Amino acid sequence: MGVTSLKAIGVVAALSVSALSATAYAAPTCGADPVVLNSYFETGFPLPTRLAEEFTKQFPNVTFDIKEDQFANLMENSPRVLAGDNAPDLIRLPSISDLVVDGLLKNLDGYFTDFGWDKFPASQLVQLRINESGRPRGEGSLYSMGLNYSLTGVFYNKTLAAQIGMTAAPQTLAELDALLEKAKAAGIQPIQEWNAPNAGLAFPLQNLMGAYGDPTPINDWIFQKPGATIDTPANLQATQHLEKWIKAGYFPADANSLDYGANMGQFIGGTGLFLFNGDWESGNLDKQMAGNAGFFLMPPAVAGAKHAAMSAPLTYGIGAKAKNADCAAYFLNWVATNEEARKINVAVGGSNPGGPPDLPIPAVAPGSVTEATLTAGNVLAGDNGAMDFIANATGAIFAEGWTPPLQLLVGGRTDAAAVLKAVQAEYEKQLAR
Amino acid sequence: MTDTSMPSLRQNPRPRNSRRGRGTLVAWLFIAPALLFYTAFVLIPISMTAYYSLLRWNGIGAMQFRGLQNYLTVLTEPDLLTTIGNAFQLVLYFTVLPVGIGLGIAQVIRTHLGGPFGTTARTILFIPQVIPLVAAGIAWSWMLASNGVINQLLSAVGLGGWTRGWLGDFDFALPAVGIIGAWVLLGLCTMLLVTGIAKIDPTLYEAAKLDGASGWDEFVNVTVPGLRQEIGVCVTVTVIAALASFDIVYVATGGGPGGVTNVPGLEIYRLAFAHRQVGLASALAIVLMILVIACILPIQWLMREPRK
Repeated sequence: MGVTSLKAIGVVAALSVSALSATAYAAPTCGADPVVLNSYFETGFPLPTRLAEEFTKQFPNVTFDIKEDQFANLMENSPRVLAGDNAPDLIRLPSISDLVVDGLLKNLDGYFTDFGWDKFPASQLVQLRINESGRPRGEGSLYSMGLNYSLTGVFYNKTLAAQIGMTAAPQTLAELDALLEKAKAAGIQPIQEWNAPNAGLAFPLQNLMGAYGDPTPINDWIFQKPGATIDTPANLQATQHLEKWIKAGYFPADANSLDYGANMGQFIGGTGLFLFNGDWESGNLDKQMAGNAGFFLMPPAVAGAKHAAMSAPLTYGIGAKAKNADCAAYFLNWVATNEEARKINVAVGGSNPGGPPDLPIPAVAPGSVTEATLTAGNVLAGDNGAMDFIANATGAIFAEGWTPPLQLLVGGRTDAAAVLKAVQAEYEKQLAR
Repeated sequence: MTDTSMPSLRQNPRPRNSRRGRGTLVAWLFIAPALLFYTAFVLIPISMTAYYSLLRWNGIGAMQFRGLQNYLTVLTEPDLLTTIGNAFQLVLYFTVLPVGIGLGIAQVIRTHLGGPFGTTARTILFIPQVIPLVAAGIAWSWMLASNGVINQLLSAVGLGGWTRGWLGDFDFALPAVGIIGAWVLLGLCTMLLVTGIAKIDPTLYEAAKLDGASGWDEFVNVTVPGLRQEIGVCVTVTVIAALASFDIVYVATGGGPGGVTNVPGLEIYRLAFAHRQVGLASALAIVLMILVIACILPIQWLMREPRK
């Protein structure tokens, strides 16, 4: 009994010190009573579970009841799960628009003030804001937070790069083209990319869009701003460039039957020079291709121009019916501000942990892929070039909008102009229904 | 006599009616559990689907009545009509191949593989039927991959030029999905047809032989007519499997590449859970149900036993 009381006092003291040091006065905490955070995470990504374990270590009264689902299942199940009586306190949210319209997500504006999230760079949270009517995104109240902030770009195999005489990352799109041509001539698979069951070619395409044009119109389209279109002259140039790569044979001949897992296996196995993907693979590549994988941001079309790339938060929200909303919010704030949490975030997730800009990014092994992706993140932030993923514009735009025409494009059954027209038509159809 | 018989005549109808009433009640009591389950799990869901098909609803928020607008969309949207066309193409693979090959196997087992060999052959052929469709889809996806066993075999026999990622090829993805379905359904058809062939009167085969019939003549004139009902069951089950297919397509191709293997079952699922258009998904489901019934009824009529 005495030990329990002492423990309780210790927990209260720890919570108080932690809360006062890291947050504004009177910010919500998890209290000292036992709390079980009902959590719904994404299968295959160990980061949230590792963070939960560390949180329980620091705050023993808080434990997590974790359920996991694949990304696609999360997309499909989240409305019903959130509408149920046992709504999660913490939930991975692939898409927030419909959930906000149906009143299923907790408005986090109160926590924004309580925890002092106004000290976070505004650009970090912009993708997590949404108008109460469900559109546009990028403005209005805060409805979710990022566990970290991922970035896409180009991974490369250092051994294969050395074989074609690549000594530094390309600085322009033309230099990248030259490297691709050399790889093809040397009998090396230039780009290792999947395109089934969903279109992995969306990754090189969006990087090309960033190389050719300003990310703002693309973000407007993703955020469903009135009158936004993906069929712009710059995006057409980008798609035509992608088509040129396809015709040159830079992608695997079986891309349409290659899924994400198989493709990663082949890249790690050393079959491809370049891979367009995100920094959530940095930790994995550091482990499985130790010292043999590198990363660079997609170079701009014009030398010296700014970089632009897909960079999106690993979105987590709190259910409107959550029983422990304050504790869930405290956890989200802790992830961004606690030193140990930030270390885990970088080591396991491989991405920028976000948070206030004055907090240092935890150190990583010199020369690692994680170091390269974190450095690239700083470059992108400096260039103000972050875009959300074009596949996040609507809940079904990836499966029904991007995937069929990009599969047709890589199969030589359509052209660049038709791809953008088809995607825009599907986008308008989905918004109209 | 009259006095004694009259009362019995007058009294008889009452117990008979009472017995009939009790019989009806007992019959209903026997039927009731099944009827209850059928109503709860078949009739009510179908009625609810029909009701949802008239709405615009995302499954959570407010419902809006749309009348027949969802049906109009189903019947005029080219993408949705294409999925129905794909399903009919699958009938070729899911029905024609298993029934055709199943008939051939049944004939071979009858004539050449009696005793333990026949039992072993039947068991092996039935194995695909007990494998879950998802597992079959995954296994076949590996086999049909670029570096899968099918391409390895083709390369080994000098047909390296034919190798490809079969499930990602625009021309071969649908046939490849069809072959997976045919493999799964072959076991069921073979088992039904082998069981059916064993019931055909052997004297018919003897008579045919005495008349000088060839093996083919026996097959066409004795085996096939003798298996009329079994063939009817096989065709019915496999046509439904083709038109309402989902599992294999979802696992093997996800409807790709470029939508060439998309089928109504997959589209209903996507409309309901990805697009969150429960009304449109329900309308497509009702249209699919009507199509399946429209295909099955003529089959049932054709395959029924001729009146004697």
